[in-house]
Amino acid sequence: MNTNRQIPGALGRRREPLTDTQLLLTITICIFIAMYILAMLVWGGGFLRPQQLFDMFNNNASLIIISCGLTIVMVAGGIDISVGGITALVVMSCVVHLDNFGGSIFTSVLLALGIGLAFGLVQGYLIAYLKIQPFIVTLAGMFFARGMTTVVSVEPHSAKHAGFLALKALRIEIPWLGYTAKNGNIIPGRLEIGVVIALAVVLLVFILLKWTKLGRNLYAVGGNPQSALMLGINVKRSRFYSYLISGLLAGIGGFVFLTHTGAGNATNATGAEMNAIASSIIGGTLLTGGVGNVIGTLFGVLTLTTIKSIVLASGLRDPWWQSITTGAMLCLFILLQSVVLAGRRKGRTRVRTAVPKRFRLQRKT
Amino acid sequence: MQNDVILSMRKISKAFPGVQALQDVDFTLRKGEIHALMGENGAGKSTLIKVLTGVYEKDAGRIDLAGVREDIVIKSPQEAQELGISTVYQEITLCPNLTVAENMYIGREKDTLVHWKQMVRQSGGILENLGIPARPKQQLASCSLAVQQMVAIARAIDMDCKVLILDEPTSSLDEKEVAMIFDLMRDLKARGVGILFVTHFLEQVYKVSDRITVLRNGELVGEYKTEDLPQVELVARMIGKKLDDLSVIHRKEISYDNGGTTAYEAADLSSDACPNPFSFRISKGEVNGFTGLLGSGRSECVRAIFGADKVSSGKVAVQGKPARIHKPKDAMKNGIGYLPEDRKVDGIIDDLSVRENIILALQVMRGFFKPYSRAEAEAFADEYIKALDIKTASADTPLKSLSGGNQQKVILARWLLTHPQYLILDEPTRGIDIGTKVEIQKLVLKLAQEGVSITFISSEIEEMLRTCSRLIVMRDRNIVGELRGSEITQDNVMQTIAKGAE
Amino acid sequence: MPGDLRKSARFKGKYTQLLVPIIAIAVLVIFNLIRDSSFFSIALTTNNDGNIVFTGNLISILNSASELAILAMGMTLVTSASGGQDISVGATAAIAGSVFVKVLRGGEITPLTIILGFLACCVVAVIFGAFNGALVAVFDIQPMIATLILFTCGRSIAYWINGGATPTVSDPIIKAIGGFIPGIPIPTPVFIVILCSLVFALLFRFTNLGFYTQAVGINQKAARLNGISSTGIKLLAFIILGVCVAVAGCIRTSRLGLINHETILSGIEMDAILAVAIGGNALSGGKFRMAGSVIGAYAIQALTTTLYAMKVSSTEIQAYKAVVIILLVVIGSPVVKDAAARFWARHARKTRLSL
Repeated sequence: MNTNRQIPGALGRRREPLTDTQLLLTITICIFIAMYILAMLVWGGGFLRPQQLFDMFNNNASLIIISCGLTIVMVAGGIDISVGGITALVVMSCVVHLDNFGGSIFTSVLLALGIGLAFGLVQGYLIAYLKIQPFIVTLAGMFFARGMTTVVSVEPHSAKHAGFLALKALRIEIPWLGYTAKNGNIIPGRLEIGVVIALAVVLLVFILLKWTKLGRNLYAVGGNPQSALMLGINVKRSRFYSYLISGLLAGIGGFVFLTHTGAGNATNATGAEMNAIASSIIGGTLLTGGVGNVIGTLFGVLTLTTIKSIVLASGLRDPWWQSITTGAMLCLFILLQSVVLAGRRKGRTRVRTAVPKRFRLQRKT
Repeated sequence: MQNDVILSMRKISKAFPGVQALQDVDFTLRKGEIHALMGENGAGKSTLIKVLTGVYEKDAGRIDLAGVREDIVIKSPQEAQELGISTVYQEITLCPNLTVAENMYIGREKDTLVHWKQMVRQSGGILENLGIPARPKQQLASCSLAVQQMVAIARAIDMDCKVLILDEPTSSLDEKEVAMIFDLMRDLKARGVGILFVTHFLEQVYKVSDRITVLRNGELVGEYKTEDLPQVELVARMIGKKLDDLSVIHRKEISYDNGGTTAYEAADLSSDACPNPFSFRISKGEVNGFTGLLGSGRSECVRAIFGADKVSSGKVAVQGKPARIHKPKDAMKNGIGYLPEDRKVDGIIDDLSVRENIILALQVMRGFFKPYSRAEAEAFADEYIKALDIKTASADTPLKSLSGGNQQKVILARWLLTHPQYLILDEPTRGIDIGTKVEIQKLVLKLAQEGVSITFISSEIEEMLRTCSRLIVMRDRNIVGELRGSEITQDNVMQTIAKGAE
Repeated sequence: MPGDLRKSARFKGKYTQLLVPIIAIAVLVIFNLIRDSSFFSIALTTNNDGNIVFTGNLISILNSASELAILAMGMTLVTSASGGQDISVGATAAIAGSVFVKVLRGGEITPLTIILGFLACCVVAVIFGAFNGALVAVFDIQPMIATLILFTCGRSIAYWINGGATPTVSDPIIKAIGGFIPGIPIPTPVFIVILCSLVFALLFRFTNLGFYTQAVGINQKAARLNGISSTGIKLLAFIILGVCVAVAGCIRTSRLGLINHETILSGIEMDAILAVAIGGNALSGGKFRMAGSVIGAYAIQALTTTLYAMKVSSTEIQAYKAVVIILLVVIGSPVVKDAAARFWARHARKTRLSL
């Protein structure tokens, strides 16, 4: 906290204390790096190869994209649990469109975006303008999307469209980050096309949240809707846009999912919404809104994946360990957030917070 | 001088159903002046401000703003802002999760993109200019409350305001922080901004203000230059008696029970909300009062007695025996009842029925596993609805559909039903009609005769004079005096409050 | 007098709360009767075990809604006290069922081991409920987020308990619990629901559970100043929900005769929340009527059964349900209500003018 009460101009280029968003982001990145280094030291092997990192991106490109959407919604103080369902619906619709209706890649991308936007539009309107609880609306959205997925097709579908298969097989090769196989061949680092899209989305959402009026309004709305209103922000419209963008990103995420798996299945992206929420939380997005960063969300996804890899590497090969550790991490981060931020707030305001004293950290001034 | 006037409000009237909140009130604000608006609760201060900021529409009267067309009508806070009338409220209406610079500019930039550098530079300039110890890139929440208030003021200033309304900006700040706000206010004054300042702290009024306008019961008492109005007279005007009249008033005969047994005693009691330890005792059948202006700490003291806030130190004895009172239930078990100051927030459970609200406290004392039967509860409720003449369609009516006075009676009934030995009534008569007020006062005296000890707090000092046999006088969160028996006169109370600073 | 009007409207509101779910059921009944007049016919048949039992859609609705009804009861309490919902009930029920099966498979199945198994699974479910409750009551985390933890990993814990298998239990007593007791033609789960309702009725009659929960849910501060521990009440609500989860888990396990951690009671948390909402209870907490939630549960099951009877596949049902939910909440949203009230007011004025 600010200790010297000088006139700011005289301060020169003094480093600012971290904002809540930055603090949580730093914690996440530190934990991720520490964990990854630990994994490299203890288990070596795959963790030493850049391809391990690349595979994390390859396998999670769509999760990264839908988590970005969720981060936006959560920053604005809402929640969207329909994203997994939308992803599944998009995947199935696109596959069926490509194979059975002779669609092109272009039209299937349009289809994906259209489905996402439609969900975002309806959900956003219901939540922002009709003031219905976001949980209920997006829950219904999830039900609807999952149900519609099976209406589109109950049977699993594999894409046979030639152009699409070429797109799916497309790899971006980075020779200098490859490794030498046992037979002496150099195997270059490989990134899928989806990763490029995912990173582009992260960049765009970062710009949106950091540099645009809408983005900053979202933070204000999530931080304190009442104040935001008093400061002259259109709270309803901001909320509406957050769901709209989330729906759109779920659509893109669905298409990227398809480029990774190449097949549509009614159970696709099961639980993706909860993984996305968990990633956002681990990445330092506050459940109560107003605090969060999309870079953190990216690291949140990577952290979750790293944990899973570590669990595998450490010999806990039983399938249940991954999700139990995910749950434990989630619990840890939720408590950490609650305690750290309560501690931060303690020194600042004399408003009594609900967190009991013994759980608050003392802040030195 | 007349040219200096930037805002003049003439014959402003505003009525709410059943209440005339403002009656022909005049208010004048001059350029480069800090003008304090004073009055006790319900005097009409906040109504006047809300008329000015467009929250309410006035029924009659005219508002003239220098430089703008005459006789303006203000319909919304947004419109008021555009006319150059900015308000900084007691609760900070900024976003704590954003930076200082953003808080100054958000919601009023036209561009789609945020120009961080420009924003930071501009806000840095304003902050420096006004001498506000905050850096533009700092998160607002990491600033002290005082600095947050100042940022809110800076935002208002940057929006080119001519009239700045500060509605109790200092009520949650400590002395140092208050001094910082005052420096800023004086600075603004020098720049020619007219400041309307509302506070409950007398001392602060005398520190910064140039003029004082006093309101009482929705009517204008007068406008004075600060140096012409001694503190005692200010208090007298706020409370409503001219100094000459005060000595004439005779207290009603209530014997001060000096030899009575001690019902409750506290030594060096303090709580989170009431940090300065105080000692206190009350005898059986005694009615005492905590007096002092709003914000003097009187409510916090009685909350500490009841354990409503976290008790941090002190020894307590009930009926001569040491007791441990750390949470409300402890107090209830020791026969203490507490009618809270803020009925809406702390008292009523609005969706539940009158019956359930009445039996709540008694039920809690009886225990979780021993609920009253419907018949028993109904009997209790009916008894007290009759005894206190609560006007309700039935005992099953949800409490929220009752009027304020009847809601208050329900809460009173809740505590009477527990047959407390010591009853704390914090502002039991606030916001209720005169008839009910008198009923409650009579009830207090009747209970005292039956042997109940009562602490009575009211903003209306006459009520206290009529009922209390001992008055503890508070000022700025400290006990500054105690008046007994014949010492209790308005004159003395005011003298004690006014002298308390020394 | 507008005040009187408002009063009478509220007075009516108290009784109309149950009307929504009842009307929902009534609409479904009429719809089904028109569609197929034999929809509600009940027949006495002999089932595979040689018991003479009632069969028919009505019995099927009553039977299959049992778990949902029990969970909805617990969910109502949690919703009222905390103003939020527990989304981990399905996952915790999987854990409870796994514990139940684990104990039963430990040795010979006797009535004693069944009781032991049930107690063990109650204890486990209560522990998990208390974990959720502590996060909500002590750390003040939003219920949905706090229970997200167990929602994420609960089913894996169940998987772990089973050691990666989907073990079966077959025993006449278990069959009797999940199906029919020989000689009684009505499914046992229906009796368990009645028993649970009785227990809740007794709890509300002989303790202040309902009173305190509503007080905390409506005004936490005022409840505290009257000596009610809001932390304790919220914790208690989650613990009671834990017991409900244990009962529901045991019923479903007995019904199927096996535990599949992935599928057992999956998605039931959403149905339970829906039942609470359809029952006319505010999801933001406060006043509640448990009967509403129970009727809501049967309404949901009636809808499901109707859709099944219309040959809608089990996965597509979700889409229809979603539409029903959205219709319900849109009708119930304050904005729409206000708009409707304004519309009627204008309409009324117009007719008065024209008269």
